[in-house]
Amino acid sequence: MTVTALVFYLFAAITVASGFMVISARNPVHSVLFLILAFFNAAGLFLLLGAEFLAMILVIVYVGAVAVLFLFVVMMLDVNFVELRQGFLQYLPVGALIGLILLVELLLVFGSWSVLPEAGNLAAARAPDAATLSNTDALGRILYTQYLLPFQAAGAILLVAMIGAIVLTLRSRPGVKRQKISDQVTRTMETAVEVKKVQPGQGI
Amino acid sequence: MDELLREYLPILIFLGVALGLSIVMIVASLITGEQKPDAEKLSAYECGFDAFSDARGRFDVRFYLVSILFIIFDLEVAFLFPWAVSLGDIGTFGFWSMMVFLGVLTVGFAYEWKKGALEWE
Amino acid sequence: MTSSLSTDLVLILPEIILAAGAMALLVLGAFRGEGSAGLVRFGAFGLLIAVLILTACAGTGEKVLGFNDMLVVDGFGSFMKVLVLIGALVAIPMSVDFFRRAATDRFEYPVLILLATVGMMLMISANDLITLYVGLELQSLALYVLAAFLRDDVRSTEAGLKYFVLGALSSGMLLYGCSLIYGFSGTTNFTDLAAGIASLEGQGAGIGLVVGIVFLVAGLAFKVSAVPFHMWTPDVYEGSPTPVTAFFAAAPKVAAMALFLRALTVPFGEIAAQWQQIIIFVSIASMLLGAFAAIGQTNMKRLLAYSSIGHVGYALVGLAAGGEEGIRGVLVYMAIYLVMTLGTFGVLLVMRKDGKAVETIQDFAGLGRSHPWLAFVMAAFMFSLAGIPPLAGFFAKFYVFISAIEQGLYVLSVIGMLASVVSAFYYLRVVKIMYFDAPEGAPLELPFPLASRVVVGVTGFLTVLYFVVPAPLVTAAGAAAKTLLP
Repeated sequence: MTVTALVFYLFAAITVASGFMVISARNPVHSVLFLILAFFNAAGLFLLLGAEFLAMILVIVYVGAVAVLFLFVVMMLDVNFVELRQGFLQYLPVGALIGLILLVELLLVFGSWSVLPEAGNLAAARAPDAATLSNTDALGRILYTQYLLPFQAAGAILLVAMIGAIVLTLRSRPGVKRQKISDQVTRTMETAVEVKKVQPGQGI
Repeated sequence: MDELLREYLPILIFLGVALGLSIVMIVASLITGEQKPDAEKLSAYECGFDAFSDARGRFDVRFYLVSILFIIFDLEVAFLFPWAVSLGDIGTFGFWSMMVFLGVLTVGFAYEWKKGALEWE
Repeated sequence: MTSSLSTDLVLILPEIILAAGAMALLVLGAFRGEGSAGLVRFGAFGLLIAVLILTACAGTGEKVLGFNDMLVVDGFGSFMKVLVLIGALVAIPMSVDFFRRAATDRFEYPVLILLATVGMMLMISANDLITLYVGLELQSLALYVLAAFLRDDVRSTEAGLKYFVLGALSSGMLLYGCSLIYGFSGTTNFTDLAAGIASLEGQGAGIGLVVGIVFLVAGLAFKVSAVPFHMWTPDVYEGSPTPVTAFFAAAPKVAAMALFLRALTVPFGEIAAQWQQIIIFVSIASMLLGAFAAIGQTNMKRLLAYSSIGHVGYALVGLAAGGEEGIRGVLVYMAIYLVMTLGTFGVLLVMRKDGKAVETIQDFAGLGRSHPWLAFVMAAFMFSLAGIPPLAGFFAKFYVFISAIEQGLYVLSVIGMLASVVSAFYYLRVVKIMYFDAPEGAPLELPFPLASRVVVGVTGFLTVLYFVVPAPLVTAAGAAAKTLLP
């Protein structure tokens, strides 16, 4: 379908262009905004592949959470981006060389496209039939049963991430007055009010 | 596949209209508006003073803690979508599999709460 | 579902016990507050001992697949898991004194060690690229946090940050390799991959698959800190708190090496010719860098970091040789390396001067006179790391080089032996400083912490007297190696 191809090239071109702008934009806030644009276009590409779930996750998790955290860091943190950028030209040749080597490798890979003869059967053996199911449904059918072990391990990874974030950043300041709901609710008149008889002329 | 993409066609059209309209607005204002920039017009206006300092500075790490914890639970929620869609097919096994997963994260949540990471002093 | 859930759960019972125990201890610590570090540490120690006994005794060493072939339990896995558990077991008591003095005696440390151990055990048992990756991430994430555990110390936080950034990069490379492998073979499962590659009937895999394997090897080489992916090691080892460095040098390295062995020999054993050259190159580069870069070091932790890079190179000689002999060599090497490393770090943790942990080599000056026993054990570790007979380190090198020579890898063996001669220079320099230089600075603080003293004593005993009964370890390693190969 030509429309699909056209849309693909549109999304792909914008993704590459915004990816380039992420590293070349002068203002770091613009970099993050271009990153978000790149995420949106990558989501479009996923959609064209029929991977609806990944497209939505990219928007929800990456745009909704990760990019916001990026913006947060870029806008608030006291980092001198001009200074950071100074090494950019210096490392450019090395980076370009590595990129070139990777490009040549990829060209070789795609030039001599040789998939294992058994690949089709192997893939079909462990995945549900993608033609009859929606993408999200197909994922759900195997993620929680067939892939139980990695799924639970992913839960453990999230737990470690929580512990790590708290261990490394949480500080409790001494002397802060906190709300202690149980103490506040269990206060009675006896514990809260003190009645003193004041003798005239003496004060307390 | 094409059926799926056709369902998304309205969004594509919407994107096209949005892009076209915003370009038209910017270009039209460039063409029709009268523009005579000078130094005073372009300088920052901050209650009549020049900007004192850069807006960036050290912030309490607590802000980041909250957003990191948010991302973790956001990812947890991401796992719930396919589960909800396919729950009819994966049965009790799938149900309990998710309950264990949520249990692990509830342990993390209990830890967070008791440590006071959710409180803002 | 090919196997029932209950048999699957029995297979990973050790992992389940550790994970559930870690969570229980986490909740316990959170509810009882900061004062509960001792209790949690005790609980974690008990759990590790229980799981160690369970892993060592359970199973006949036969290969059993579980969780839809995502996981494999065999003699090789049990052998490596026992080593990892010993590393984790030692890391907990050794840290007590250090963190107490640094006023960071927090209950999260044992919990993170436990969760990292679960990740390492999953890595060792992985029979699928997905299990491999989640196990690796579980381990790495816990280790990043441990590296930065002294969060008010600039060097510790820097170590954590560096480790995190470079570790994330290597995970990216690993994932890229995995995705290429999946794309060109249609599966992530090791058993299926082996079957698919066997169906090639010796034609050689396509470039796509080979590039995938190369990226996989690059990611794994980073995790075992082999050259040219070693650059994080000295900085991270130097900056991390010393008990954490001891843990880094021991358990994760063994686990990553097990992963390396399994991920290359099980699915890609048929096309060994296509990755063997890479392993030979990585091995030679690691041995040479480990030998030459350590010469100029003055910091003991940095020196040990370069030394560990070199040792990874020696262990990889066994993988390059391949076959049962080669794998047995790697297993023996990792077991002996674990003992020597834990012992050396134990010595570092025993010694304190002026209220600070000893770090530079010059701090060892005159130890031969002031503390003859400690100096003797340290000298034994240094001689053993250098591979001088009759200490344990010699036997470790012996088995890997024998397997390499039998496979006709003469260049590799000769370079390896030359590198070990060069590396003897800096190990012996430590001995020379201990015995022949005059003492400097304040005397060592007494009494020595008990846990580290016990570790030093036991590992020293094993290192010195290994030659008396070398057979049990070699037989066990041989039996374990047999289960890895088809």
